[in-house]
Amino acid sequence: MIGFLHDNLSYFLSGISVGGQYALIAIGYTMVYGILRLINFAHGDVFMIAGLVMVYLSSSLPFTISIPLVLIITVALGFLIERVAYKPLRSAPRMSVMISAIGVSYLLQNAALYFAGGLAKVYPSIPWLSSSIVIWDSTTKMVTVITPFLTIALVILLSLLIKHTKIGMAMRAVSRDFETSQLMGIRINSVISITFMVGSLLAAVASLLYFSNYASVTPTSGSMPGLKAFVAAVFGGIGSIPGAVIGGFIIGICENIIKGGASIFGIPGTGWTTFSDAFTFAFLIIILIVKPTGLFGEKQVDKV
Amino acid sequence: MEKEKKKRLALIWAAIAVSYIVILILEMTLRPTSMLLTVLKKGAIYSLVAVSMNLLNGFTGLFSLGQAGFMLIGAYTYAILTMPSEVKTSESVYKYYQCFITFDTGVFIGLIAAGLMAALFAFLIGLPVLRLKSDYLAIATLGFAEIIRAVCQWDVLGPVTNGANLLRRYIDLTYVTIPFTDIPFPPTLFVFIVAGISILLIVLLINSSYGRAFKAIRDDETAAEAMGINLFRHKELSFVISSFFAGISGALLAMFQYTVQAQQFKSMMTYEILLIVVIGGIGSISGSCIASFLYITLSEWWLRGLDMGSFLGIDAPNLFRSGFRKLVFSVIIMIIVLFFSRGIMGDKELSLTRIKGFINKRGMKKGKKEAEA
Repeated sequence: MIGFLHDNLSYFLSGISVGGQYALIAIGYTMVYGILRLINFAHGDVFMIAGLVMVYLSSSLPFTISIPLVLIITVALGFLIERVAYKPLRSAPRMSVMISAIGVSYLLQNAALYFAGGLAKVYPSIPWLSSSIVIWDSTTKMVTVITPFLTIALVILLSLLIKHTKIGMAMRAVSRDFETSQLMGIRINSVISITFMVGSLLAAVASLLYFSNYASVTPTSGSMPGLKAFVAAVFGGIGSIPGAVIGGFIIGICENIIKGGASIFGIPGTGWTTFSDAFTFAFLIIILIVKPTGLFGEKQVDKV
Repeated sequence: MEKEKKKRLALIWAAIAVSYIVILILEMTLRPTSMLLTVLKKGAIYSLVAVSMNLLNGFTGLFSLGQAGFMLIGAYTYAILTMPSEVKTSESVYKYYQCFITFDTGVFIGLIAAGLMAALFAFLIGLPVLRLKSDYLAIATLGFAEIIRAVCQWDVLGPVTNGANLLRRYIDLTYVTIPFTDIPFPPTLFVFIVAGISILLIVLLINSSYGRAFKAIRDDETAAEAMGINLFRHKELSFVISSFFAGISGALLAMFQYTVQAQQFKSMMTYEILLIVVIGGIGSISGSCIASFLYITLSEWWLRGLDMGSFLGIDAPNLFRSGFRKLVFSVIIMIIVLFFSRGIMGDKELSLTRIKGFINKRGMKKGKKEAEA
């Protein structure tokens, strides 16, 4: 058992690391869904844009300036998307908001394709984060080790924000009942904007970690992590932040175990990477059928 | 009343016949590589898939995003079945695998099989997925489309799907012949006939009692159920039929492109089709068709200059470089989604009286202006 763990440690390590990155993205999905009942299809692309912005900024600026700048730009982007694409549709049917979200995703991908070209951009190697480290005979990057701790620290901060501040209270109220909280004098629009900004901030952090690990960015490299993070949010019970985090870790770990299928299960084949993508969706469908509310989700009752 | 109806129907048929004759004449006079014919072909193919998506999203109220996956199944089924067996046994396509399916079929069987295969998969996928509601359904169908794409590229299935490599040398549009002869079938006409018949079938379905049940489900599920409509059966029916036609359009797309590869059927493709449906108006068949032709004409032909360096006589190679066309497009789409969410047709259909009314209204406005002047 110990020997087995030792041999395949790299898969488990990268599973935990990717899981933490998914968790950070998933929080963005779950918070927005909790408040607006909207799958923000553009969230994965915001994550990708953060990566591309980092590539461009770091080519001319030192990391001490470019990293905070990336965070600020991504937060501004999240704010802008909400104001331009979702706010005008607040009273429209849910389907049109979702179509608008798909439209934004399409726009962001095409904009990235136009400005950055279709070729993969090399992500800058951030000192210390990208340096190698040896744990129990398997070499990995520092970022792999940092991610889970950083994720957990950020989640604790976020839950403090939600539980103990005024804006957090407003967020909880809005996600419980949209109209009543409006009547109680909560400024809905600012609460929604802040939700989007927090989500984008976490996505920007996730993009720093994720792309430091994978080292290249393309205009479509946001869609897969985005979809997987969404699955994580659904698994944890959409609307619940701890659920999203646990979901993110579970999906990341499972996916990497499948990727290592050839050595872990001893079944040869080169298609395991393809299958790890398919697994996530198969997993999603199983959850949706067995327990549609996820691990920590609240049950919703349809009223006529 | 009855007479009027008959007259209108006759007019519609006459219009359709005239348009087909026009296409035949165009086909005879223009060069086969002409842009107009390309646009017409691709537009007809996209019309079919947009209408099939509209059947689900606009008429049954099921927000499904699996269209690209079903098109992929259709395209692959068609390509694998119609590829001549001597090509399959030679090394030219199946280079790394021993092809498993050694027989080959004709175009007609290939097309029907493409539809049936997509429908079969839709039936199986629908069993679990259609119990979900709105956005969960969207994400689950999107997920299934991704799974289909991943599995098609899996190397264990290589003997059937040729792994991640492309399929070619099957019967494409240039090899279609008129049945029982060796005379080549006019390709654009062929696409129009197949797409036309398919869309006609969908229209007939929508106007039948099943179609009314679909609309009832769209408007209010609970009320529909209370009226005795079996929700699950009707949703499954709509899903399977929509996928059948998506499969056929996938096969047509494969015929149009000469080569087909699983890599191409990404979720981006579904988004494009969805946006076409939205531009045309959710719940309008003619709207979907108009939007498809408009979309294809703009993106393949009229706005090509945006990618090529000069547009409307303006030369600006730095601005008009590769990808600008799609950027302009997505901005236009966002404007439509935000400000004209009803699309071109809303949920109405194109009809003679509507065109007349439109012309009259404009004429009246013009008349008024002239009177004021």
